[in-house]
Amino acid sequence: MKYETQKVALPFFMVAMALFTLQIVFGLLAATVYAWPSFMTEVMPFHIMRVSHTNLLIVWLLIGFMGCTYYLMPEEAEREIHSPNLAYIQLAIFAFAGVAALVGYQFGIHEGREFLEQPFWVKILITISFLMFLFNTSMTLLKGRKTAINLVLMLGLWLAAVFWLFAFYNPTNLAVDKLYWWWVVHLWVEGVWELIMASLLGYLLIKMTGVDREVIEKWLYIIVGLALFSGLLGTGHHYYWIGAPGYWQPIGSIFSTLEVAPFFAMVVFAFTMFWKGSRNHPNKAAMLWALGCPTIAFFGAGVWGFMHTLSFVNYYSHGTQVTAAHGHLAFYGAYVMLILGVITYAMPQIRRVQPYNQVLNMWGFWIVTSAMCFMTFTLTFAGVVQTHLQRVLGMNYMEVQDQLGLFYIMRLGAGVAVAVGAIMLLYSFFGPAREQVPAGGTQITAGAGSA
Amino acid sequence: MADGLTKSAARNIFYGGSLFFFLLFAALTAHSHWYMVNVSTDSEGLTDSVKHGKEVWEKNMCINCHSIMGEGAYFAPELGNVWERYGGHDNPEAARSGITGWIRAQPLGIEGRRQMPAYDFSEEDMNSLIDFLEWTDGIDDQDWPPHPAG
Repeated sequence: MKYETQKVALPFFMVAMALFTLQIVFGLLAATVYAWPSFMTEVMPFHIMRVSHTNLLIVWLLIGFMGCTYYLMPEEAEREIHSPNLAYIQLAIFAFAGVAALVGYQFGIHEGREFLEQPFWVKILITISFLMFLFNTSMTLLKGRKTAINLVLMLGLWLAAVFWLFAFYNPTNLAVDKLYWWWVVHLWVEGVWELIMASLLGYLLIKMTGVDREVIEKWLYIIVGLALFSGLLGTGHHYYWIGAPGYWQPIGSIFSTLEVAPFFAMVVFAFTMFWKGSRNHPNKAAMLWALGCPTIAFFGAGVWGFMHTLSFVNYYSHGTQVTAAHGHLAFYGAYVMLILGVITYAMPQIRRVQPYNQVLNMWGFWIVTSAMCFMTFTLTFAGVVQTHLQRVLGMNYMEVQDQLGLFYIMRLGAGVAVAVGAIMLLYSFFGPAREQVPAGGTQITAGAGSA
Repeated sequence: MADGLTKSAARNIFYGGSLFFFLLFAALTAHSHWYMVNVSTDSEGLTDSVKHGKEVWEKNMCINCHSIMGEGAYFAPELGNVWERYGGHDNPEAARSGITGWIRAQPLGIEGRRQMPAYDFSEEDMNSLIDFLEWTDGIDDQDWPPHPAG
C-alpha cells in the first residue's frame, strides 16, 4: 500500500462482507421455503426473504465497488484520496440507507418494482451518498494521473449513477414502466458495470503479472468496447414479450448473442496476461480470483445467458428457473468474484502483512465456486423440465412445481456449501494472519496450485 | 491479438462506437415508447382504476413471488395472463369473482403447498387490482406466453 488513504477501503470491505453474509442468510431461508413450503410462513413470507436477498446483493456490490475504487484510485492517480472523511460519511449514509431499507422490508415498508423496492427516501439517500462518492473519487482523479484504468472505471461509475435516475421514473403504463425499468437493470449489469469489472480486472492484472500497462490498457478498451457495442442493443432481449415492437426479436437475438464476446475476451485477456507475466506475485489466492472471475463470468453471464437469449428459445424459457440459474452464476462470476478478488488482493496490503491465509482463501474459492456452479446446474435442470412441462405441454404452474422438488432440495444443499465456503473466506480476510509468506520470497510450490 | 491497433485507436473506437450504439438504442427506445402508448397497449382503457390497481400491485410487492409478463420471482404463477386463465375473455364476471374468491381464500393452509399470505383488500382495491390484471392481459406482447398456463 503506497498511499495512506487507500485504507479508506477497509470499512467499505467490512460493511460489504457483513451484508454479503446477510444476503446468504436470506438466500438460505428462501431456498428452504422452496424445499419445504411451510417453513416460516407465519413469521416471514417468501416475498420478504426474496426482496431482502436481492436488495442486499445490490447494496453490498455497490459498497464493494466503492471500496475497490478507493483502494485503486490513489495508486492509479498517484495521489491521496481527496477527502477520507467524506468517504467515511458517504459510507455511513449508504450503509444506513441499505440497512434501513432491509429493516423496513421486514415490516412491509417498500415500493413495489422488482429490485427497486427501496422507499423513495432511501433512494434519495443512496443518490446523495453515491454523488458524494463520485465527487470524492473524481476530484482525486482530476488532480492526479489519468490512466485507462481509472478513466474507464470512473466512466462506468458515473454512467451507473446516470442510469440509476430511471429508478425514479415509474410510468402508470406497465409496458412503458418495464421499458425504462430495464434502463436501470440491464444497462447496469450487462452494460456499465462491465466497465467497472474490466477496469478492476485490468488493475489486478497489471499489479500481479507485471505485464506492460500499454498492453493491458489496449485490451481494456477493446473489451469495454465489445461490452457496450453488444450490451446496449442487447437490451432488446428483455423487450421481446413486454408489448414492444417485433423488431426487438432479431435485434435482441443478434446483439445479446454478441454479449458473449466481451466475457470471452476477458477470459483470454486474463489467461494471456497470466502466462505472459514475468512477475511471480506472492498473493497466489488473488491471482486465482483474477483468473476465476472472468472464467465463471464467461460461463454464467456468457454461456448461460446465450442459452436462453435467442427469441425463439426465450419464447419458451422466459421467466422460468432457467432465468434464475443464469442470474445466480452471472452475478457470482462477474461481480461477486471480482470484489472478493480485489479484497483478497488488497487486505494483506491494508493490514501491512505478507499475503496470509492463502490456503484457506483458496479452499473458500473452490468451495463457493463449485457450490455456485452446482446450484446453477440444479436450477438449470429444474428450468428445462419446467419449460417443457409448462411451456410446451401447457401443464398448470403449481403441478409443474411439484415435479421440481428434488432440484430445489439439491439447490438448498448447494446454498449451505456456499455459506460454509463464505465463512472460510471471511475468516481468511479478517481473521488472524497465520500462514504468512516469508518476506522477500515466494513459495516455490504455490505456482502450480494457482493456475 | 490486435497488434496493429494502438491504444489510442482502441480508445477512440470505444468512445465513438459506444456513443453510436447508445444513440441508436435511445432512438429505438423512443419509438418503442410511442408504439406502446399508441399500438400495443390500451391507452384509453388505462383508467384511474387500472392505475390504482398498479399501485395495489406495487404496495403489496406481488412481484417478489409472482411474475408478470415473465418478470418477477418465479415462485408463484404468472399473472400477466391470469385474466385469460380464468376465462375472462369469454366471461368477465365469472373471471372477476373467481380471482376475488381465490385471493380471499388465502392462505389455503394445505400442507406441503406454497402459501400465499392473506391480503385484506377493500372492495375498491380488489376491483382495481383485477382491472389492472385485465388491462395487462390486453397488452399485445407477441403472443407470449405460449400456453394459458403462463
